[in-house]
Amino acid sequence: MSSVDLVPVLLIATPILAATLPIALGLRFDRVGWSIAVLTTTGLFAATAFLATVVYGDGTTVTHALGDFPRQYGIELVADELSTLIALLVTGVATGVLAYTRTGGPRGNTFYTGYLLLTGGLLGLTMTGDVFNLFVFLEITGLGTYAMISSGDGPESAVAALKYLILGTVGASMYLLGVGFLFMATGTLNMAELATALPDVEGQGETLVRVAFAFVFVGFSIKVAQWPLHTWQPDAYQHAPDGVTPLIAALVSTVSAYAFGRVAFTVFGADFLATTPYASEVVVTVGSISVLAGSTLAVIQRRVKRMLAYSSVSQFGLIVAAYGLVTETGLVGAVVHLVGHGLTKAGLFAAVAVISVSTGARTVDEYAGLAKRRPVAAMAMTVLLVSLVGIPPSVGFVGKWYIALGAVEAELWPVAAVIFLSTMLTLAYAARLLEKMYFTPAAPTERPVPPGAAATDGGSPVETADPDRVTVGMIGLVVVAAVLVVALGFAGGTFYDLLEPFVEEVFN
Amino acid sequence: MLELLATHYAYALMFVLIAIGLYMMIANQNLVKKVIGVSLFQTAIFLFFISMAYVEGGSAPIVPAEENPGELVVASPLPQVIVLTAIVVGVALTAVALALVVRIYAEYGTLREDTLTEVRADE
Repeated sequence: MSSVDLVPVLLIATPILAATLPIALGLRFDRVGWSIAVLTTTGLFAATAFLATVVYGDGTTVTHALGDFPRQYGIELVADELSTLIALLVTGVATGVLAYTRTGGPRGNTFYTGYLLLTGGLLGLTMTGDVFNLFVFLEITGLGTYAMISSGDGPESAVAALKYLILGTVGASMYLLGVGFLFMATGTLNMAELATALPDVEGQGETLVRVAFAFVFVGFSIKVAQWPLHTWQPDAYQHAPDGVTPLIAALVSTVSAYAFGRVAFTVFGADFLATTPYASEVVVTVGSISVLAGSTLAVIQRRVKRMLAYSSVSQFGLIVAAYGLVTETGLVGAVVHLVGHGLTKAGLFAAVAVISVSTGARTVDEYAGLAKRRPVAAMAMTVLLVSLVGIPPSVGFVGKWYIALGAVEAELWPVAAVIFLSTMLTLAYAARLLEKMYFTPAAPTERPVPPGAAATDGGSPVETADPDRVTVGMIGLVVVAAVLVVALGFAGGTFYDLLEPFVEEVFN
Repeated sequence: MLELLATHYAYALMFVLIAIGLYMMIANQNLVKKVIGVSLFQTAIFLFFISMAYVEGGSAPIVPAEENPGELVVASPLPQVIVLTAIVVGVALTAVALALVVRIYAEYGTLREDTLTEVRADE
């Protein structure tokens, strides 16, 4: 067992240490960044898989106390049923997206430094068992993301990154304030200790705990892009380089949403959410409104990347609403939807990237007749869109099904109605894209130069579309995502079994 | 209310600072001043943590070896350690923010947000 204990530490330390290598070796060799990133992320994925066999196989929770300091003083890293699942998603997607960046993405060794730093931050966010440490990793993840977004060619990406930076910092700081109040109320920062100490807090302390929850919730609402705090997300996703969007769209907000679930259920506990007046109601309301606002805004977008970004707002709204249901089924649904949505969005943004590299199409209108020109990418995109809508058999359906079931169990009928309505709206924008791809003939006229391309720096940023730039790896990434999404659609029961020990613990 | 303010004035002050930082971030059109606002906002939170650890009549949390440690009144060391870490994170954030501001200025030739919006809308 002793060797397994080390895995959570290695998962965090390896990418952060490896992040120095591309820059250091880059002084001597030209293009080592990609190779280092592939070696590291593949190793991480293997380590996570090994960790998963122990966590799920033996049913044990792997904890590692850093430096052997006991809980009260030190920092713990915890790999339980929930965090291992998210870690698998993080390492898997981080490995997969590299298949795109090999020829398509932003190049250069510094880019891969940021890439590895981001992966390390995300894994730390997943594994940590300490609320303050969570803040630190939230900021590391944020820093990595800002750098990745701004690595685009145009100046727009710098503006988008600065906007995200300001909002993201406010979000993380709000969370830190919440942590401060928690510390005032209990005097500890360890999640497990907080969980035992919080139910005993009485009198004035109770107010402190409630204030803490409010700050934590608002902080994470920004990070998870809940309406009306979502404004950074469409800009960030749209202006990030094509190779980066799959990574950040699949992971950054997903892991933040996971972290919110972790804090809400492990630290505050289901009892707190259920008994505090208006706590779960507020969470459900914010989530539901995000679902509706996000889908509605997605329907009216012309640019495909922006449309998918607004779709993320709505899907994360669904997850937050599912947290607010405070039922076992709802929680399982939220986690399944987290993983499923992460995979789906990674695949979708990768498909968008492949299409824009090969044909230059970026708006919905330009997708006309795409199925003829790029049949494989269009096919994979169709499967992924189907999963986004939630049509069985796909993982999108499994998540939505459990969430809806949880809403019915909690007798919150408006939430069930919201899920139904959002499915309709999702279908509206997915169908629009499908219709363009398959049933509208390609426009015969020459495609105009896309607007938004900067004219300030000489007007050369628009790369000419070239079908030869699509490699087997790029197409492979999209196809693998599509296959996985369908395959996991059959794994609803397995998900439930895997998560059951965690859910049992939360609700007892 | 007045009594609460008299005894907890430090907390009140921190939240006034936090509000000023937030306001600067939202209302100021200058990007550099926005970044200053972010910094102020964060620093106010750090001060909040420090004031939280303060103990009336407490000394610095360094325990002398010979005396009886049980009778010693010290400020809580944990928030101070936390703030040290958070300061490092905050410095890194400010650096990245300023780097982005420099890039934006180089590309658009302006630091004002309203001008920036106009320039971007024109394209």
